[in-house]
Amino acid sequence: MASVTLENVNKRFGTTRVIEDVSLEIGDGEFVVFVGPSGCGKSTLLRLIAGLESITHGDLMIDDQRVNNLTPPERGIGMVFQSYALYPHMTVHDNIAFGLKLAKSDKQTMEERVSQTAKILQLDNLLDRLPKALSGGQRQRVAIGRAMAREPKILLFDEPLSNLDASLRVQTRNEIAHLHERLGSTMIYVTHDQVEAMTLADRIVVLNEGHVEQVGSPRALYEQPASRFVAGFIGSPRMNFLSVTGRTAGEAGCQISIPGLGDQVLPRRMENDDESLTLGVRPEHLIPAAATGESGFKILNVEYLGSEAYLYLQVPDGEALVCRTEAPCPFTRGGRVTLTFDAHRAHLFDRDGHALPMIAAPDTQPAPAQATTS
Amino acid sequence: MTLRRLQAILLKIGFWLLVGVLMLYAIFPFYYAVVTSLKPSSELFEVSYWVDSVDLSNYAAVLSQPAFLAAIRNSVVVAISVVAIALLLGLTAAWALGRVRFRGRTTVMILVLGVSMFPQVAVLSGLFEVIRTLDLYNSPGGLILSYTIFTLPFTVWILTTFMRQLPDELEEAAIVDGASPWVTLTKVFMPLLWPAMATTGLLAFIAAWNEFLFALTFTLTDSERTVPVAIALISGGSQYELPWGPIMAASVIVTVPLVILVVIFQRRIVSGLTAGAVKG
Ligand SMILES: Nc1ncnc2c1ncn2[C@@H]1O[C@H](COP(=O)(O)OP(=O)(O)O)[C@@H](O)[C@H]1O
Ligand SMILES: [Mg+2]
Repeated sequence: MASVTLENVNKRFGTTRVIEDVSLEIGDGEFVVFVGPSGCGKSTLLRLIAGLESITHGDLMIDDQRVNNLTPPERGIGMVFQSYALYPHMTVHDNIAFGLKLAKSDKQTMEERVSQTAKILQLDNLLDRLPKALSGGQRQRVAIGRAMAREPKILLFDEPLSNLDASLRVQTRNEIAHLHERLGSTMIYVTHDQVEAMTLADRIVVLNEGHVEQVGSPRALYEQPASRFVAGFIGSPRMNFLSVTGRTAGEAGCQISIPGLGDQVLPRRMENDDESLTLGVRPEHLIPAAATGESGFKILNVEYLGSEAYLYLQVPDGEALVCRTEAPCPFTRGGRVTLTFDAHRAHLFDRDGHALPMIAAPDTQPAPAQATTS
Repeated sequence: MTLRRLQAILLKIGFWLLVGVLMLYAIFPFYYAVVTSLKPSSELFEVSYWVDSVDLSNYAAVLSQPAFLAAIRNSVVVAISVVAIALLLGLTAAWALGRVRFRGRTTVMILVLGVSMFPQVAVLSGLFEVIRTLDLYNSPGGLILSYTIFTLPFTVWILTTFMRQLPDELEEAAIVDGASPWVTLTKVFMPLLWPAMATTGLLAFIAAWNEFLFALTFTLTDSERTVPVAIALISGGSQYELPWGPIMAASVIVTVPLVILVVIFQRRIVSGLTAGAVKG
């Protein structure tokens, strides 16, 4: 097994910088997910690690050995491609055995490895089929088998689930998690889907326009996003954002006045007074209560999902607020609600999108601050 | 109602008439050659479109000529060599032009196309000098060289087009599996390019098999002739007699291999010619 270290890795295509100064340490046996919007450079970063693209500047180490100039097999990686890229004219058996044949393993070892791989991935009965006679999920497993067969130290996945339908995606996701547990090899996984990232990763690397926004466990990213970008990217439905102005309120943190929600003090440290900030609150941290008369927010829509419901609330200017509540709920479209939220679970971002640091420890939870419409 | 039905029937008749005319136009010359070749020379100038009695004397006459047999052998050697060389060079060139990004790729492609636009006559004397210098005059080598020059451009173009359609990830999967470019080309790409290779190979074979001008110019002795020249040079008992019977028999003999090849590769050719049209 192997660890992977990136030191100030850069990639340029012509004059466009696609990867900028990425430094990262991936531990032995870790499952790391690169996530980010389409075009942010996830695949490119993965291909740099694989050895399919050359590194313009910086160092890539696998187990303390600099591997910038090694070929993919020399680096000891296996890769699962987005389109699977199975060899169409070869049977499942030959697809899995191709790499072993090229590595000149003797016939017996080869057959053992193939049948072992096939057993792990439940491909035993399909070994004589051609890829065109397989379903999407089976092709996916063959692609994984081909990547695994040479027992690489590091397995790389580039959006492996994006060609599967929704239910198969959940199933295969679980199989990949199980496979990681079973093989124990280092895995690096690329996806644009934050749900996949959250469910699979030991650690998530959020990429944005070629640089690393934040690295951390799924929980850390969810609870303490370092930037507005991460806050908006991780979590579904998305975090609510509101423009506010803030004033320092001494040791207590930062006082903000929220249009429609009144004044409130958040335990966040801010540097400059009277700054325009962005408040971020996740839908599940907004607590709705029935309002009387014309106070509060108008309910634009209620999405009922069985175990929970989402309220879409009208804001005078800006995007509708989303608020999660237990279902069934007493709220109906056209009604009005007031909102409260836990000040410790709200986030503040400065003009550049950086999160303001927390003052008190997040585990000491005071009673929710009350906020009502003015 | 009946009018419409009549119209439909007339349309159908018209369609099949047209097909018939086209078939006749395409096949009749060959059919007439077959018919002629099966007649004894005494009946040659009686016009008939049917074979009453099969007479194989023309075939016997042709096949007993050592020069004709040598010509067939030469043609086979030349055509197969041209196909093999053109496919090998075409495939490797197509790999470079279709899969490797380098500066001047488009220029090379246009140059390749440009070469194929010269008429044969234009390069005849120059090529003659080249062949003389290389000491290939009056040998199959000279013909192989000159045919390959004319075959390569379209081989490279067609194979490059097909090569470009193969997905990048397939090549990358092979690289990750540890395949060298040569292994990728032969073990991964070549099996997928079979239809294109069958198509280009057959076209190259037919071109080499039928070529006349170079074959006439670059060979001197009967033992080095290829079939088209040999047939043209079949002569009768006197200067005033053209031995149509043996000529027709020889033509039929050399056409049959082509027909067989086309039938064998027919499905491949069709899929090769249309493969680029729709995304698979
Ligand atoms: N071979 C290439 N040449 C030039 N630009 C490229 C190449 N590959 C990727 N890019 C560019 O790099 C950026 C990141 O691409 P990619 O890593 O594929 O994004 P992602 O996988 O995150 O969607 C894109 O803007 C893309 O256009
Ligand atoms: Mg990608």
